Amino acid sequence: MATTNPAIEVAGLTKSYDDHTVLDGVDLIVPEGTVYALLGPNGAGKTTIVNILSTLLTPGAGEIRVAGFDVRREPAGVRAAIGVTGQFSAIDELLTGRENLRLMADLAHLDRTTATTSVAGMLDRFDLVDAADRRAQTYSGGMKRRLDLAMTLIARPRLIFLDEPTAGLDPRSRRDLWAIVREQVADGVTVLLTTQYLDEADQLADRIGVLDGGRLVAEGTAAELKRRVPGGHVSVQFTDAVALAAAAAAHPDASTDADALTLQVPSDGSIAGLRRLLAGLDDHGVAGLTVESADLDDVFLALTGRAAEARTAEEISA
Amino acid sequence: MSTTYTVRDSATMLRRNLLHIRRYPSLSILLLAQPILFLLLFVYVFGGTLGAGLPGLPGGGDRSDYLVFITPGILFMTVASIALGTAISTATDMTTGIIARFRTLNIARVSVLTGHVLGAVIRTGLAVVIVAAVAFLLGFRSDAGLLGWLGVVGLLVLIAFSLTWLTVGMGLAADSVETASNTPMFLMILPFISSGFVPTDAMPAGLRQFAEHQPFTPMINTLRALATGAPTDSDLWLAIGWCALIALLGYLWSRRLFLRVPAK
Repeated sequence: MATTNPAIEVAGLTKSYDDHTVLDGVDLIVPEGTVYALLGPNGAGKTTIVNILSTLLTPGAGEIRVAGFDVRREPAGVRAAIGVTGQFSAIDELLTGRENLRLMADLAHLDRTTATTSVAGMLDRFDLVDAADRRAQTYSGGMKRRLDLAMTLIARPRLIFLDEPTAGLDPRSRRDLWAIVREQVADGVTVLLTTQYLDEADQLADRIGVLDGGRLVAEGTAAELKRRVPGGHVSVQFTDAVALAAAAAAHPDASTDADALTLQVPSDGSIAGLRRLLAGLDDHGVAGLTVESADLDDVFLALTGRAAEARTAEEISA
Repeated sequence: MSTTYTVRDSATMLRRNLLHIRRYPSLSILLLAQPILFLLLFVYVFGGTLGAGLPGLPGGGDRSDYLVFITPGILFMTVASIALGTAISTATDMTTGIIARFRTLNIARVSVLTGHVLGAVIRTGLAVVIVAAVAFLLGFRSDAGLLGWLGVVGLLVLIAFSLTWLTVGMGLAADSVETASNTPMFLMILPFISSGFVPTDAMPAGLRQFAEHQPFTPMINTLRALATGAPTDSDLWLAIGWCALIALLGYLWSRRLFLRVPAK
């Protein structure tokens, strides 16, 4: 198999429906044993990429190899190597958790003994032992997602696709899921995940690709991406509008929030820069001050020209 | 994909479908109630009058003669009713996320469909036994021997197999579960315009020609011959030919639809 090749190699991938372009030339290389996060808003093309790489959709143009197999010519080879957990729950709700796992073990063509031990092991690892013989339709959202992932992993795929794996989960379930993903990575599994959650990419991924309008607008480690935006900023809260206006006049590159009496001054995070800023402030007019480094929200804003993720960022702050 | 996997994957999918049938019995009961209600309605409400009109009986027939006459048609309707249910369950299945998962697996893809078809054939077998038992309770008796009854079972399985491939296609082609429950309705209507309920001789010319040549008439005629111990004629081969044709077209159609459907 493809021990020397990257797990995923994509060059010039396009996809369009009629005259609507979904993917507009995506290049992507994911080395084995690493986690790659595709980050982008709804409609950016994340799921389309996952569907093409997992043989659910045919690509437009481009060279695409997954686990060393060409997705067009050798889809069976691709399917044998991958596991997919999609955005929508892919469990059989009429079956119990145990039956769902057994179904997947049988479809992975495991022998009877291996199947039985794998099912028991998965139920245990995914904390589903008590619910094992209940119908999956009675499961909570977090349990369904765990079962879903267990069904993907029971065949021990070397490469897994996780399409928005934690969408709609409560914070604790998300952390559980992250822990499971990290375990897989520790075992040498390659992961491609898509997410709208900036902190999820930051937490899990070795490399992040920012997808916008069907193109990768930036790529790198979380740290590299953060360096690409002009640092963080210093927020200064003023006691009155006059002081705010005076400071704003001195810092034309800053943004002003008149209601909150706050001025956001761009900062490269250096002490020298901070000292210069403080030197120009009148201490009577200042109520408080915070130094904030760039986060992926800023990255997203800087790269795509809009704060597409503002709503999402609030959701996940809990 | 090797044949071993095709057989193994189909067996796995069959187990899944049998579990569905067990977990969701109300659909089976509803589908089974339909032919039984028709049997009761036709025998007790219309049976006296229709029996008197049956040809070839000295002095005209009675209610019990009519029971014997329509039982094969009712058995056919049982098969059609279960096949209709398969359109519904296939369409329902396609709305669930697990189908997309199946498509990403290295399995014989058509096994998803063969699982539905084989499950439906087994469900039909059970339903036919129950409906036949009701007919016996109502007084159905015949001179058919073991061979005749084996023939009835064999032909019903063949009919179930062919109609189910057709309704699996309808389930896949339907844009919603509601559509899927409507399109196969003609399977329940067509038996009325066949030799199932009254002899085709009694129909006006145009209708009679249709009834005599539509595919269900040779099937019902052959079922009737086998179930009453009468000799079978060329209708047997017509029935088998129609079943094979419908099964083949249904299979090819379903397979194409299933492999084509793109992911959401």
